[in-house]
Amino acid sequence: MELSNYLYLAAILFAIGATTVLLRRNAIIVFMGVELMLNATNLAFVTFARIHGDLTGQVVAFFVMVVAAAEVVVGLAIIVAIFRTRRSASVDDVNLLKN
Amino acid sequence: MTASTGEAVLFWVLAPLMVVAALGLLFTRKAVHAAISVVFVMISLAILYIAQEAPFLGVVQIVVYTGAVMMLFLFVLMLVGVDASDSLVETIKGQRWIGVLLGLGLGSVLVGVVAQTAFPPSVGLTEANAVTNPVALARILFSDYVFAMEVVGILLVTAAVAALVLTHKRRLSPRIGQREVADAKVSALATGGRLTPLPAPGVYAQNNAMDTPALDPQGRPIELSVSRVLRIRGQERSAGTILAAERDVLLEHEPERALPALRADTSVDASADTTAGAAADDADGADTSDRQER
Amino acid sequence: MLSSAIGPTEIVVATDVVPPGLQLAPLLVLLPLVGAAILLLAGRRSDRWGAWFGVATSAGAFAVAVAVVVTMLGLPAEERVVDHRLFDWISAGGLDVAVGMRIDPLSMTFVLLVTFVGTLIHVYAVAYMAHDQDRRRFFAYLNLFVAAMLILVLADSFLLLFVGWEGVGLASYLLIGFWNHRRDYAVAAKKAFVMNRIGDLGLIAALMLMFATFGAVDFATVFEQAPAADVALLTATGLALLVAACGKSAQFPLQAWLGDAMAGPTPVSALIHAATMVTAGVYLVVRSAPIFEGAPTAQLVVVIVGGVTLLFGAIVGCAKDDIKKALAASTMSQIGYMILAAGLGPIGYAFAIFHLVTHGFFKAGMFLGAGSVMHGMGDEVNMRRFGALRTSMKVTWITFGLGWLAILGVPPFSGFWSKDKIIEAAFVPVDGEPWRAWVFGGVALLGAGITAFYMSRLFFMTFHGERRWNDGSGDEHGRGPRDGVVQHPHESPRLMTVPMIVLAVGSVALGGLLAFGDGFVHWLEPVTGHAAHEDPVLPVWLIITLTLVLVALGVLLAWRRYVTTRVPVAVPRGSVLTRAARRDLYQDDVNEAVVMRPGQYLTRSLVYADRQMVDGGWMGLAGLVGSIGERVRGMQNGFVRSYAAIMLAGLLVVIAVVLALSGGADATDALTGPTS
Repeated sequence: MELSNYLYLAAILFAIGATTVLLRRNAIIVFMGVELMLNATNLAFVTFARIHGDLTGQVVAFFVMVVAAAEVVVGLAIIVAIFRTRRSASVDDVNLLKN
Repeated sequence: MTASTGEAVLFWVLAPLMVVAALGLLFTRKAVHAAISVVFVMISLAILYIAQEAPFLGVVQIVVYTGAVMMLFLFVLMLVGVDASDSLVETIKGQRWIGVLLGLGLGSVLVGVVAQTAFPPSVGLTEANAVTNPVALARILFSDYVFAMEVVGILLVTAAVAALVLTHKRRLSPRIGQREVADAKVSALATGGRLTPLPAPGVYAQNNAMDTPALDPQGRPIELSVSRVLRIRGQERSAGTILAAERDVLLEHEPERALPALRADTSVDASADTTAGAAADDADGADTSDRQER
Repeated sequence: MLSSAIGPTEIVVATDVVPPGLQLAPLLVLLPLVGAAILLLAGRRSDRWGAWFGVATSAGAFAVAVAVVVTMLGLPAEERVVDHRLFDWISAGGLDVAVGMRIDPLSMTFVLLVTFVGTLIHVYAVAYMAHDQDRRRFFAYLNLFVAAMLILVLADSFLLLFVGWEGVGLASYLLIGFWNHRRDYAVAAKKAFVMNRIGDLGLIAALMLMFATFGAVDFATVFEQAPAADVALLTATGLALLVAACGKSAQFPLQAWLGDAMAGPTPVSALIHAATMVTAGVYLVVRSAPIFEGAPTAQLVVVIVGGVTLLFGAIVGCAKDDIKKALAASTMSQIGYMILAAGLGPIGYAFAIFHLVTHGFFKAGMFLGAGSVMHGMGDEVNMRRFGALRTSMKVTWITFGLGWLAILGVPPFSGFWSKDKIIEAAFVPVDGEPWRAWVFGGVALLGAGITAFYMSRLFFMTFHGERRWNDGSGDEHGRGPRDGVVQHPHESPRLMTVPMIVLAVGSVALGGLLAFGDGFVHWLEPVTGHAAHEDPVLPVWLIITLTLVLVALGVLLAWRRYVTTRVPVAVPRGSVLTRAARRDLYQDDVNEAVVMRPGQYLTRSLVYADRQMVDGGWMGLAGLVGSIGERVRGMQNGFVRSYAAIMLAGLLVVIAVVLALSGGADATDALTGPTS
């Protein structure tokens, strides 16, 4: 099996994550879509590390994970704060900044 | 170097399942189901990492993503409301078609790029992982990327503080504790407040029903002892009406007991209070369990 | 006192060493300036003492001036020109201007005149304005005016002179429009201000020319380099200065404002429009002598302007019935004499200033006399309703009469000594061209005759002849002024008559005193230089005789027409010339037709063009941008998902373009990095 199969898988997962961001309205699910995209890139990094025999790819994937964890903390806190004031977790309800 | 047969089997088993689970993120209506799908994808990814000679990342993936991040997601889902399912009506005109089109476009472009690329023969990590994978990773992390490591540490601390600040609730009015309540009661004494709780309705009265005011030592009814709701509704009963009703019952069933009381009532021309006070013994006013304060 | 300068002196270069006595000089300006500031800032609190406070600051300035002049007289003539540098003012690249004072005989002559006559008029105004509730403001403006005039004459650079020049313009605007609740007075103030602006433009142009030519605007540098400069540039500078002088001194063709400026209270007319402010132009021309020396053409224009104005003012003066306007016309004419003299070169400078000083006295005296008459007659200014006032206003009659004799140039009164010298100087041929001597001499001579006529007319109509006002005892003509209004002419209070008497004494004696032994001419020599004596085309005795004969003729004519003949109260139709003169020889009409209306049309068309084309263009552009924004605004719908979709679309486009541009294998390199 060619290792590029992993890359195809990563591409498909990334596209699905992006589509989720575009289509779902629940902020938490949108957020999960973002996580899926990050994970897809991680898979690509790990695969590239293997192809080139260089561990730097894994290091970068590690950093992506750490940053993603920090991002999840802040993002969820924002969602909770919005939910408290607007009683809704829909991204479409937060549309005051327009026109 | 190509993957071994075992790895190929693993991949072909896992990959379709992962894609299906990822699509579940798109199509499930309930957020919890979506979260479960993502958890599945992430665990599968961890397995793939391990298969790809990255055991450290595989473990981190399980610990950080499935263990921490996804649990956080589920936690917030509980907080926000588990049953908050998306409505399927699209609010933005054309967004659905645009989203599907762009998603397909992105997927095909990415797949196309991978397909067009001529990869070099893969090297494999046997050599790089000679000192075991975590040690090799640590050597790179703490030499070439030490500064990035520090910065990421600061980022994590900042994120933690940010989460605290964002979810912090401001108190808008001062806290009212026991001491404040007691002080307020004492200072209200001068303007006609009272220290003690009010007696329960029916105390010392002939009748201990909720709608009957209690009687004070002079036999006068204490209006406040009746539930405020009943008073406002006008369903409160005065002692006199109760007495009259009892008399009617007595007259009907035991006229010989009722007549002396009736005479005394008319001769003294007493208000219902005195009669009630005299008849207090009959009343079962000990039950104060469901009294209403104030 | 002025005869201490012995022998001819050449023009003296200024020294920077300030003798101890002269260091008081800054006080000259500071006193009235601070006085004005206090009076303006103190507001109503100073109502009680404001008037006398104003008098005190002016008198203080006069005392300082006397001290400075006494010190100066103790110095030898070569050390009398001093530049007292005070502080750096403007230091910008090539331009360095300091604030300093040029203390020399010329400036101190002006300082003495301004502070002395100014103080007398302050005193007069205390009584004249006694019933005006805004008296304090009036004195603040008077002080401001004195301060500005002193800055003007004491400045050591053209730029600082310009500051004083503007200050004088401002003060005169404020004073002319002092009773600004009357619309025509306010309009008169505005007219004076605008006409002065034209003159200011000339001064600004001169400043620019000087800076371009000499790289400096201070007197010392400019005058030192002027003789070596290009004649054309000097001529241009001189003409620009002349425009400035015309504006301020009401010379042809910028003379129209002076008559209307009589709208101000009479002390203002006396101080500003007779004795001091209008002389600023003469001062400027004399001060800029080194520039005019190098530009004979400019000098010729100066003389022509002076001559034209001289006749113009005299003719207008003959027809005016308003006593103040007649005096204003006479001022114009007399200033014309001075400008003419100033244009004649070194021979005329000293006499221009001499006439200026004597004129300052007798004209101020006559204006104060006119104010006294108005005061006694209930603010009536029409001379046709005066007559025979000599009995009821003796002091005014006598002081006015002395001023009248002085302006006629009757010996030995002041005017004779100065005006006659100017006429003599006008008869001296310049550059060996006798035609100029004949023309200008003739004009000056004719002017003297006309002056005699109109001044006598004014004097006789006011004080002699028969009574033409209503004293309530039954009017013999049956037509009193403003029928039914009874007038009781009476002498003015002491505070008003004393300044008049002092000025009358000056009118009588000052000329002879200053002319004694050519003292005044020698006193000014450090500034004006010594003029080589040249003979006029006619013998001097003949000129004097001719002048006196013409003056006598003028007086006689006036006597016959206004004393022996009855003066009609109603204005007669008069000849074409009279009617023209009554309307100031149609100067306003000419101004309106030549300047105002085309200006208005130009403004209107410019406004139209601005609105339609410039504004329209920009507004159209703004509207276009706005409407585009309005359309694009719809994309900002506030939905995060829409934004994400747009971002993703952009990403796709970028990837597609990168792929298309690099193509095939290169693209894979670009995207995946170099292979190991």
